[in-house]
Amino acid sequence: MALNTDFVGRSYPPSVPYLVGREKVREFARALGVTDPVTTDTEAARARGYADVVAPPTYVIRLSLAAVEKVATDPELGLDYTRVVHGDQRFEYTRPIVAGDELVCQVTIDGIRSVAGNDMITARADITTTAGEHVVTSYSVLVARGTDEESS
Amino acid sequence: MSSVAVGFELPSKEFQITRETLVRYAGASGDFNVIHWNERIAHDVGLPDVIAHGMLTMGLAVQVVTDWIDDPSALVDYGCRFTRPVVVPDDGVGASLLVTGTVTTVDDDIATIALKAVCAETTVLGKATVRVRVG
Repeated sequence: MALNTDFVGRSYPPSVPYLVGREKVREFARALGVTDPVTTDTEAARARGYADVVAPPTYVIRLSLAAVEKVATDPELGLDYTRVVHGDQRFEYTRPIVAGDELVCQVTIDGIRSVAGNDMITARADITTTAGEHVVTSYSVLVARGTDEESS
Repeated sequence: MSSVAVGFELPSKEFQITRETLVRYAGASGDFNVIHWNERIAHDVGLPDVIAHGMLTMGLAVQVVTDWIDDPSALVDYGCRFTRPVVVPDDGVGASLLVTGTVTTVDDDIATIALKAVCAETTVLGKATVRVRVG
C-alpha cells in the first residue's frame, strides 16, 4: 500500500471560478456529434427555458478532472501518476451546466484503497456556482496499476 | 413518458470513432493525454494502438438517453466503469461503437437505464447506468 491514507476525507480549497463559454459548449457538443440544437443554438435553448446553450452531461469533466489531477499529483499522497488510469466515473446532477455559468470546483478525497495490487483513489468534485448553487457532483476513481508488483 | 415500462429498449445508436474524432475530443475536452493520439507511446505502455478517451466513450453512450428523453434537466445521475479500451487504428475506418439502452427499473418518477457499449464485439463500459426523471 503506497498511498498515504491520511488523505482520506481531506478537502481542498475551491478552484478559481471557471466561466462556461458558449463557444466551448458548442465545440464540446460538436466533438461528440450531439445533434440536439439546445447544445449549439442559443434560440433553441432559450425557447426551452435556458438562458443560453446547454452543455452535454459529461462537459463537467473539463473542470472536475483538472481539479482532481491537481490533488492526485500531490507528492505527499504518493500516487504514481504515470501509472494512473481513469477507472470509474459518476455524475450526480442538480441541473445542467449552461453557457454563462461561473463555476467553482471543490475536491475532497472520499476514499483510498488497494485492490489486487492496484492503488485506487476516489475523488469527489463538488461543482457549484460562485453564488453557491449546487450544479453537479463528480466522482472519479483513479487507478494506479500494478504498484504493488513494482515494490515486491 | 410517465408510461415507460421496465424492459423498454431505447433506440440504439452507432458511432464511428476515428483519429479525427479523438483529436477533436482532445481539443474540446482539454484532455491531451498522449495515449489518445501518439501510437509510439501507446505501444510503449503496452497498448495495441491509440485508444479513445474513456470520457469520449461515456459522452457518446449517454446520447442514447439524452436523444430519447429530449430534456437536459431530466438527468439525475450517470456513471460507468472504463473496463476495456476502445482501440482506434489509423486505417481510415477507426472503431465502431454500438450503444443500446434498456429500462431496468421505474420507481415513482425515476427510470433507471442500463447502457451497453460494444466495440469489436467487446463490452467497453461496465455498469453504465443513467437515471432520469420521467414524471
